[in-house]
Amino acid sequence: MDILRFITAGSVDDGKSTLIGRLLYDSKNILIDQLEQLEKQSKNKEAGPIDLALLTDGLRAEREQGITIDVAYRYFSTPKRKFIIADAPGHVQYTRNMITGASNANLIIVLVDARQGVVEQTRRHSIIASLLKIPHVVVAINKMDLVDFSQDVYNNIVIDYAAVAKQLGLNDVTYIPISALQGDNIVDASTSMDWYEGKPLLEILEDVPVDSDINLTDPRFQVQFVIRPQTDDLHDYRGYAGKVISGVYKKGDAVTVLPAGIETTIAKLEVAGEEVEEIFAPQSATILLANDIDISRGDSIVQTNNQPQTTNEVEVLLCWLDDKPLQTGNKYYLQHNSRLIRSVIKQVEYKLDVNTLQQQPVEGNVKLNEVVKATIKTASPLVYDSYTKLRANGSAILIDETSHSTVAAVLFQ
Amino acid sequence: MNRLIMSEHLTQKNNSPLRVRGLDYLEQLEAESIHIFREIAAQFEKPALLFSGGKDSITLVHLARKAFAPGKIPFPLVHIDTGHNFQEALDYRDAMAAKVNATLIVRKVEDTIKAKNLTEPKGKFPSRNWLQTYTLLDTIEEFKFDACIGGARRDEEKARAKERIFSVRDDFGQWNPKLQRPELWNIYNGRINKGENVRVFPISNWTELDIWNYIKKENIALPSIYFAHEREVIVHDGQLVAMSPYVTLEEGDAVVTKQVRYRTVGDMTCTAAVESAAATLDEVINEITAAKISERGETRIDDKVTEAAMEDRKKNGYF
Ligand SMILES: Nc1nc2c(ncn2[C@@H]2O[C@H](COP(=O)(O)OP(=O)(O)O)[C@@H](O)[C@H]2O)c(=O)[nH]1
Repeated sequence: MDILRFITAGSVDDGKSTLIGRLLYDSKNILIDQLEQLEKQSKNKEAGPIDLALLTDGLRAEREQGITIDVAYRYFSTPKRKFIIADAPGHVQYTRNMITGASNANLIIVLVDARQGVVEQTRRHSIIASLLKIPHVVVAINKMDLVDFSQDVYNNIVIDYAAVAKQLGLNDVTYIPISALQGDNIVDASTSMDWYEGKPLLEILEDVPVDSDINLTDPRFQVQFVIRPQTDDLHDYRGYAGKVISGVYKKGDAVTVLPAGIETTIAKLEVAGEEVEEIFAPQSATILLANDIDISRGDSIVQTNNQPQTTNEVEVLLCWLDDKPLQTGNKYYLQHNSRLIRSVIKQVEYKLDVNTLQQQPVEGNVKLNEVVKATIKTASPLVYDSYTKLRANGSAILIDETSHSTVAAVLFQ
Repeated sequence: MNRLIMSEHLTQKNNSPLRVRGLDYLEQLEAESIHIFREIAAQFEKPALLFSGGKDSITLVHLARKAFAPGKIPFPLVHIDTGHNFQEALDYRDAMAAKVNATLIVRKVEDTIKAKNLTEPKGKFPSRNWLQTYTLLDTIEEFKFDACIGGARRDEEKARAKERIFSVRDDFGQWNPKLQRPELWNIYNGRINKGENVRVFPISNWTELDIWNYIKKENIALPSIYFAHEREVIVHDGQLVAMSPYVTLEEGDAVVTKQVRYRTVGDMTCTAAVESAAATLDEVINEITAAKISERGETRIDDKVTEAAMEDRKKNGYF
């Protein structure tokens, strides 16, 4: 049993909440007391005796406004897999939430209303999916019951979306016609759409390969914390604790500590205090080195024959996440995994229209939900890979120096 | 040990190519939690782990040990004692702290009530749950903790589903659901202003069943009340509440002896027991897998009052 993290995206009213509710309900992950509560709250009689959309509805502030405004996480499991759903709202202004929810996802379900087909929001969500390199895309064409389960309607939407996918370079795209409300093709194959030959949605989610999403070829490791027990029997113990970002490390490997560039070898590897022969992503582990060198939090330990880039100036895509606009020339903390570096945004080159992917000139400041290409200069060298090559070592956040808010998502180019 | 899990993986997956290296779901969750623990230790000056004696915080301590092994856990365990705790949980707490060689700080709600002249909750099952907030905030102030680690899980109920793993609280311990920091990839921003502190939830992504399965896999000892035992209980609204000096008996209340176990461990006055004969972990896991009622729904008495109860409490500085 492993874990699949996915995100659902769609415009308001495409049926996202109903779909998630349906998945939880039909896979028997909803319990009696939760159902009773639902029945009490269900006022939307069209949706049947229980309104499944209410299951995923969270905070009161949002209930009052009648929309979901933040990313919420849901959990369910089947004998094959544990699923973590990032439920990000579909509202136009919430690109920020979608980026947050998409950052960890292995898969995205793009919901399309069968009556509307591919709309601007569908493109926007797909563009974000491609920017964030979500490995797998499922296009769920919903509300098929409202178009008489028509194969023609479905086919036309598939043709339209295929053009979008091609433009964006999305390569793993699966299409499925569903009715979230009635449960068609969710857990069981629909009896109203015999023409559909694929698997029901849950089966797709259970079968999509996730191990291939983990890079086991380029070893990257950043020190989070130095373990120094300093007790009598562990007097000289100095363990570099961190997460294997990618790749595999073995005892005896020739490694280089970056950015300093010092070479040494791996003397010992541990996972949770127990010695092991090798460590691999995404394990949390501890590396002990042959030489006594000065290493601190944020330093990278990489294999000498496979090194990432090291630079003080990097081109990035920035997704602005804060109400306070970006100010070119302002300083921000850049946090790259566990490494915190002071940085300055030197130059903003262009703005990316997230509906069309067109590059536009930047007028004035960069505002919330805007995506721009920029150059960042850092106070000390950054040790990174491009986001395209290695998602886990190609991403960072910007932190405002005074408010300490997380103000931007950074994708290294 | 990882190799063992892998071979299990190989037999489970039918037609996928052979995996040479991989983590199963519990190992993935463990790796993520250890990563979070190390971020806490590195980013904060004075973190503390809030230890309640319940299975979630026991799991937290277990994970923290792994995160810093062979060193000891680099922060104290803090217990906010409502005075209505099960003795078994208190005994377990003391033994555990001694075993892992951690500093244990205990602060009593009783003392806060006296010092601040607070009103004791009344009623048949007086719950001091709500008053814990005062003691917790005072304790944070007393020790100047900048991060408090808690065992909350996002699957517990709706208000939790949007909680961040690093969740910033203001001077008054308040949580503002509208002003949460976006949390991307595995990057945790723990920077705060003076006076603010952060609540961190390393097991956010675990479900109740994940916890039980992990306890089994890791062979973690639990307080005896998690397993079937005989206990005097009052049947109230279909729930079984332990007979204790804190409960007020009324006319018509029948005190009966039943075989019960606890699914979650909180105050004696506001945690209900479930009737059960499950005496081993396997039996408990079987019952929970088959159970049709959520942990909170089955065992929390005070949450039945209002659906927004948790959200209100969180805004006011409760976990
Ligand atoms: N007929 C029909 N209605 C649906 C379907 N899925 C969702 N709906 C309805 O569409 C409306 C919006 O659904 P909801 O799940 O709240 O949309 P969200 O805004 O995307 O979360 C509700 O009235 C649902 O009952 C479907 O497959 N068929």
